[in-house]
Amino acid sequence: MSTRRRPPAPDPLDFLSVDSSLSPEETDVRDTVRAFCRRELLPDIADWFEAGTIPDPRGLARAVGGLGLFGMHLEGYGCAGTSAVAYGLACRELEAVDSGLRSFVSVQGSLAMAAIHMYGSEEQKTRWLPPMAAGELIGCFGLTEPDSGSDPGSMRTRARRDGPDWVLDGTKTWITNGSIADAAVVWAATDDGVRGFVVPAGTPGFTANVIHRKLSLRASVTSELVLDGVRLPESARLPLAEGLGAPLSCLNEARYGILWGAVGAARACYEAALSYAATREQFGRPIAAFQLTQRKLAEMVVDVNHASLTALHLGRLKDAGACHHNQVSFGKFSNVAAAQRVAAKARSLHGANGITLEYPVLRHMLNLETVATYEGTEEIHMLSVGQAVTGVSAFR
Amino acid sequence: MNIVVLVKQVPDTATERKLDPADSTVDRAASDGVINELDEYAIEEALLLKEKHGGEVTILSAGPDQATDSIRKALSMGADKAVHLNDAALHGSDALQTAYALAQALGTVEYDLVILGSESTDARTGVVGAALAEYLGLPQLTLANKVDIDGTSVRIQRQTDEGYDVVEATLPAVVSVVEKINEPRYPSFKLIMAAKKKPVAKLGAADAGIDTARVGLANATTEVVDFAAAPPRAAGTVVKDEGNGGVQIADYLAAKKFL
Ligand SMILES: Cc1cc2nc3c(=O)[nH]c(=O)nc-3n(C[C@H](O)[C@H](O)[C@H](O)COP(=O)(O)OP(=O)(O)OC[C@H]3O[C@@H](n4cnc5c(N)ncnc54)[C@H](O)[C@@H]3O)c2cc1C
Ligand SMILES: Cc1cc2nc3c(=O)[nH]c(=O)nc-3n(C[C@H](O)[C@H](O)[C@H](O)COP(=O)(O)OP(=O)(O)OC[C@H]3O[C@@H](n4cnc5c(N)ncnc54)[C@H](O)[C@@H]3O)c2cc1C
Repeated sequence: MSTRRRPPAPDPLDFLSVDSSLSPEETDVRDTVRAFCRRELLPDIADWFEAGTIPDPRGLARAVGGLGLFGMHLEGYGCAGTSAVAYGLACRELEAVDSGLRSFVSVQGSLAMAAIHMYGSEEQKTRWLPPMAAGELIGCFGLTEPDSGSDPGSMRTRARRDGPDWVLDGTKTWITNGSIADAAVVWAATDDGVRGFVVPAGTPGFTANVIHRKLSLRASVTSELVLDGVRLPESARLPLAEGLGAPLSCLNEARYGILWGAVGAARACYEAALSYAATREQFGRPIAAFQLTQRKLAEMVVDVNHASLTALHLGRLKDAGACHHNQVSFGKFSNVAAAQRVAAKARSLHGANGITLEYPVLRHMLNLETVATYEGTEEIHMLSVGQAVTGVSAFR
Repeated sequence: MNIVVLVKQVPDTATERKLDPADSTVDRAASDGVINELDEYAIEEALLLKEKHGGEVTILSAGPDQATDSIRKALSMGADKAVHLNDAALHGSDALQTAYALAQALGTVEYDLVILGSESTDARTGVVGAALAEYLGLPQLTLANKVDIDGTSVRIQRQTDEGYDVVEATLPAVVSVVEKINEPRYPSFKLIMAAKKKPVAKLGAADAGIDTARVGLANATTEVVDFAAAPPRAAGTVVKDEGNGGVQIADYLAAKKFL
């Protein structure tokens, strides 16, 4: 007769043991990013958020590049070539610190580098990817415009031919890392449809201005890019990018990182709430002992673990080459919405302390407003899931 | 310059650590195993020396199956290969027996230098390095906060309460390090991906020529007779500032040897 062991009690911080199915390399990536975050990022993040910037973006880029985080799921050109799950775990651990730091990495790896990796010439790849992977160069991705957000097909930035060259005119806005970037991947309309260009910073006619007074994603540099007769050779155009599908496919890569990142933000809020509830006493007992608090905590556990399972499952599909972009839409809006619910509950549970930067909860809650908006708003992803299940487009 | 780094897997100091009540050995299933912190500094120093002088860095660890996690981490920091000594006969070995077993396992590797942490965070005897050097008949340089090599000899700064001593030995030698020596690197993702392709030699006691009558709990030269949980922390001392608060605090710190 076999002796039956009682299964161990669930770990409050990984209730469904989601991480138990990780491979050794995936666990190593998670642990490395976690250790890096705990030592190098967590101690400063509240100050950066309060200051509304990343004080030393070059230093941060080199440290992050040293680990191999930038473009880690890409093959070759100095990239580590990890699984999609490993990349997701890195995003999760980074965003457990702050969505702005995850954005710093997502924009470089999944938008700028991925665009060059997917659509660039061999010469563009060897020129830009290795130094971007190492964090020596910073990239950004310019799609959104003042009058063109959810509907990027309406973009007004134009690229026209002038002899052998291209001349770009227009304005991009809300561009993460814009004014600290060494190169901007810029999308522009041409007579043949949308095309992508790698614009080196410093090209005459190209300027980047920091957007101030943000109340969300403050530990991140967001900028406006102005293109005023920017002249580029044909070799600056991404040769394989034809049409709007190209930038949208890059966004799909980045959204995949976001759906993991949201799990990190949610988990951080839940962890903070759990520890606060255990130590804060009112009416003679820890607030964790009240039924209404336990309900909040139980709902948080469910949201965090649902989101975590969704992320891991989509990651496994992606590694098998079987993750459709509608499934990424599902993950993006459901996980971000879950994180927003968790953050709001965690905020309330912290009482007055919850509105300060001494605790991470309001910071996450504010950041998640951006996360819900960029890379396709909640509504846009609902519409894409709606279209996928009904066969009817309700976008316009 | 071929360097062997001794790496012990210990229970994570951040979690609650337990002894197995049955035989007073560390309950390794009770908490996550991590690389003994000082051994990370030993690995870093070996990697720095390799970057300067070339050669290979080999990890040697004696421990149960789960020690593979720590070996993998050492490889993903940049070590080239590893030797994992793993045999049920070694369970419960004390410091002398562990040193004997490690000395035997070192017989399967070519090396010019052995680097190890000056003590572990679990048993903390700080004896393994010295005993190992004795078994190998090699010079030992302890508590290094700086290591230099010139081909035939090794020179260290030995950390002392007052400053440091400069000590030198001919190679091969055994060097133990303290945490002031360097800042251990993080594993890089490229190396994490490469780690599973690096060679890890799995040795049983017989493969290393270990006499099993000389190792294991039953043959240990020392015995953990009893253990008890640490007493709860006593209330702190309150210093009331009546003009001489600074002096009182300085006296307190001096009495505790912090000053
Ligand atoms: C901090 C930050 C960083 C960013 N970084 C970048 C970057 O690096 N690169 C980049 O290109 N962009 C970036 N963005 C821009 C982001 O992608 C856009 O803000 C987003 O696509 C939404 O566009 P919009 O702000 O113009 O909103 P709009 O498109 O004007 O939407 C306004 C509202 O209308 C809703 N809506 C729109 N269309 C429909 C519809 N058909 N049906 C129902 N509701 C609809 C939206 O869901 C939303 O609620 C960033 C944004 C922020 C806030
Ligand atoms: C509570 C307790 C008390 C104990 N007390 C004693 C005692 O008083 N006397 C005694 O002889 N034993 C004692 N032991 C047994 C002791 O844990 C083991 O002998 C241990 O393997 C060696 O001692 P250490 O960890 O103190 O090594 P240290 O000498 O403190 O470690 C120094 C370095 O040696 C290397 N090293 C140590 N072990 C290994 C390994 N397995 N593989 C690779 N490298 C290694 C590491 O680089 C480490 O940094 C005790 C064990 C327990 C659990």
